[in-house]
Amino acid sequence: MAIYKLHINGRSYQADVEPDTPLLWVLRDNFGLVGTKYSCGIGACGACTVHVNGQAMRSCTLPVAAVGTQKVITIEGLSANGDHPVQKAWDEVDVAQCGYCQSGQIMTAAAFLKSNPKPTADQIDNAMHGNICRCGAYHRIKEAVKLASTKA
Amino acid sequence: MANSTSRRDFLKIAATAGGGLMLGFDWFSAKAEITSVISNAALAAGKTEFNSFLSISTDNIITIFSPNPELGQNIKTSFPMVVAEELEADWSKVNVVQAALDTKKFQRQTTGGSGAVPHSWMILRKAGATAKAMLVEAGAKRFNVPLDECMASNGFVVHSKSGNKLSFGDLAEDASRLTVPKEVKLKDRKDFKLIGTSVKNVENKNIVTGKPLFGLDFYREGMLLAMIQRPEAFGLKLKSVDAAAAKTMPGIVDVVSFKNNVAIVGKSTWQINKARKALKIEYEREGNLESSADHDKIFSELLNGNNTQVRRKEGDVEAAFKNAAKVITSEYQCPFLPHNAMEPMNFFAHVRADGVELVGPTQTPASARSAVSKLLNIPEGKITVEITRLGGGFGRRLMTDYALEAAELSNIIKAPVKVIWTREDDMAGGLYRPAVRYRFEAALDTDGNMVGYKLRGVGMNERNPTRENNFPSGAVDNLLIESAEHRTPITTAPWRAPITNFLGYAEQAFLDEVATAAKKDPVQFRLDLLNRAKTSPAGAVRYDVDRMIGVIKLAAEKSGWGTKKDVSQGFSVYFSHASYVAQVAEVVMKAGKPVVKKIYAAVDCGEVINLSGAKQQVMGGIVDGMGHAMYGNLTFKNGSPEQNNYNKYRLIRMKEIPEVEVFFVNNGISPTGLGEPALPPTGGAIANAIFKATGKRVKAQPFVLEEPFKIKAV
Repeated sequence: MAIYKLHINGRSYQADVEPDTPLLWVLRDNFGLVGTKYSCGIGACGACTVHVNGQAMRSCTLPVAAVGTQKVITIEGLSANGDHPVQKAWDEVDVAQCGYCQSGQIMTAAAFLKSNPKPTADQIDNAMHGNICRCGAYHRIKEAVKLASTKA
Repeated sequence: MANSTSRRDFLKIAATAGGGLMLGFDWFSAKAEITSVISNAALAAGKTEFNSFLSISTDNIITIFSPNPELGQNIKTSFPMVVAEELEADWSKVNVVQAALDTKKFQRQTTGGSGAVPHSWMILRKAGATAKAMLVEAGAKRFNVPLDECMASNGFVVHSKSGNKLSFGDLAEDASRLTVPKEVKLKDRKDFKLIGTSVKNVENKNIVTGKPLFGLDFYREGMLLAMIQRPEAFGLKLKSVDAAAAKTMPGIVDVVSFKNNVAIVGKSTWQINKARKALKIEYEREGNLESSADHDKIFSELLNGNNTQVRRKEGDVEAAFKNAAKVITSEYQCPFLPHNAMEPMNFFAHVRADGVELVGPTQTPASARSAVSKLLNIPEGKITVEITRLGGGFGRRLMTDYALEAAELSNIIKAPVKVIWTREDDMAGGLYRPAVRYRFEAALDTDGNMVGYKLRGVGMNERNPTRENNFPSGAVDNLLIESAEHRTPITTAPWRAPITNFLGYAEQAFLDEVATAAKKDPVQFRLDLLNRAKTSPAGAVRYDVDRMIGVIKLAAEKSGWGTKKDVSQGFSVYFSHASYVAQVAEVVMKAGKPVVKKIYAAVDCGEVINLSGAKQQVMGGIVDGMGHAMYGNLTFKNGSPEQNNYNKYRLIRMKEIPEVEVFFVNNGISPTGLGEPALPPTGGAIANAIFKATGKRVKAQPFVLEEPFKIKAV
């Protein structure tokens, strides 16, 4: 066990955990930031996606010891009032079915649009291909990413 | 339309603590006994367990409790829309709250079988209409004008002559003192303002901001976490456990075993996960350790054996086949599938001396409670069940195993505990869609008419993998439908559109084979059969021929069936869960392989309540149907599943989806469900389009392991 000081959503957090603990479980179990979801634990579905220094990363395979002083943003910190262009687009297009994968989808889309603000349809497909939606809401995810790219 | 309402439907109105109208109504049954008057105290305390109700507070907020578990079928939005429609409420002032389990107040508090909407449609409408009638009466009294000069509109009661109006909130308290009307008039559908429009999911904001909605997100001060190690193969039982090393690991509170389970209890998920690897467990055999190769043989034996049960028989099948000009025989193979809800199984339980608290994602809270009651010998009245949002269900959460385990563990350790499953636990934990094999046979006369039809379905833990009364039963004079079962230690359960999720594909692909052999257009071939079912039915016809013809024609028209040169089209139609869906898939060849470019769907589910939600269910059902037809495959070696996470089990992803276009039949018939019916026809439409494009018949799932794909599965 060791003390880790983390910068999450513009705030300081501290946890006494083992170094190999994935960031996902520190967020969920230690800090109560449960918007970041567990689904596969092997980085294969994208439900646990967060931003680390602006990059979309799979928090389920990222050991807390590797986070260091990097700035972490979770779905709770993506915007102050749920009004990030991607969040607004998700509401407008009415994307969610069960909704479980959507924070990971939104975090992936938000990081992607920052690096590529005006993507083509193929680029959206490529960027979102790593995130599984078991309900099959892909059509609307695609549409919402496109819409968000016109809002930013 | 007049509808009688009695005190049995509407429990009682009562003034809310802060003033206002509160109407308790029974969502699900007019047969329910009269229950007690809603208590003001209970409402003031904000408790959710006391009643089903619609309340209108003096500040104009309308609260509707939604009883059914929400797993993405959007019922939490569509049910209240129906109430608000009849109420003439301002939708922006409606607040929806998930109700806890209450079998006294609710019936069929279940999500499954696409059954909630047809069950509740009229009850919801009457609830809204009754409240509206009382508000209008209160308004007329306040304006001191005749009742028929007043009407409700967008949250107000309006006196049409003077233009005076009062809000529902202003009138709620007066309305609460009136007698519940016995008869209420329901709206004509041409006056619907909400029903049939696209209304956004009421939970959108919470979902996009990551609020703790799901079972896995549930937290209770002082609760422990646990994981359970179950046998790695079906057919094994627990022999011995050495937990000495695991127990000394950091964060571990206890390791206990019960039945075939070894539970590691601790304070954090990761610590539990690590300690779990330090367990030394021995298992011993208790049943057969079956492999997929064994199942292959078993299916052959069952299909060729005589130990079958007749499900439906019409005419003289033997003679029809003996005298046939042509006989077509074909077999279709269906693999086991895990449900793979994105939120793995989990449940919270706290067994105390005075009762049990259960919280979690369940499609059947009442079953969870009765199972726990039986297991722990605690009366149901002492068990509460709170329903969280479900991160997918697909039938898996109709089962009670994961709630039972949590309750049993809490009872042993005498502490509140949330049991969480890893993805590997979830995928290897059983209760799968059963593996099935079908043999279809058709007899054609010299004109290419199907005069004989045989279906034999054999399943793993599935007594009847046929739907003997579905089409083409009723349309073929000589027909025999039979089934046989193999009992396996591998556990099975309902999986979205049980049986029909595969049978729909197999049957529709086979009928395409028959149409091809009869040299008939696949659409015309089906229409001819349906006409036959209408004009001279062979036995009972348990589907609506005209509605089925309706979706067939609509899909053919919208897709430009038979007119396109640049794509290969495949047709499919299926009736399941009371709705009718026809689909046309379009395939093009790319680098020598077929690619599905587009699917058209024509849907008759009666009245569409929420257009946005309805389209979502159809599009999602098609993506789900296609994904599992193309890639889904759970195989076994010595009783163990060979796939246990997404690196070995392939789910459909963004780049693989076709364009989907959905058309609804607008006929105003009472609505039926949509959670399932769009899925069954999809595999058939795709397989038939693949045949058109390549001349190859795909007769087994997953398609990617068959010609013309033959690619290695991940």
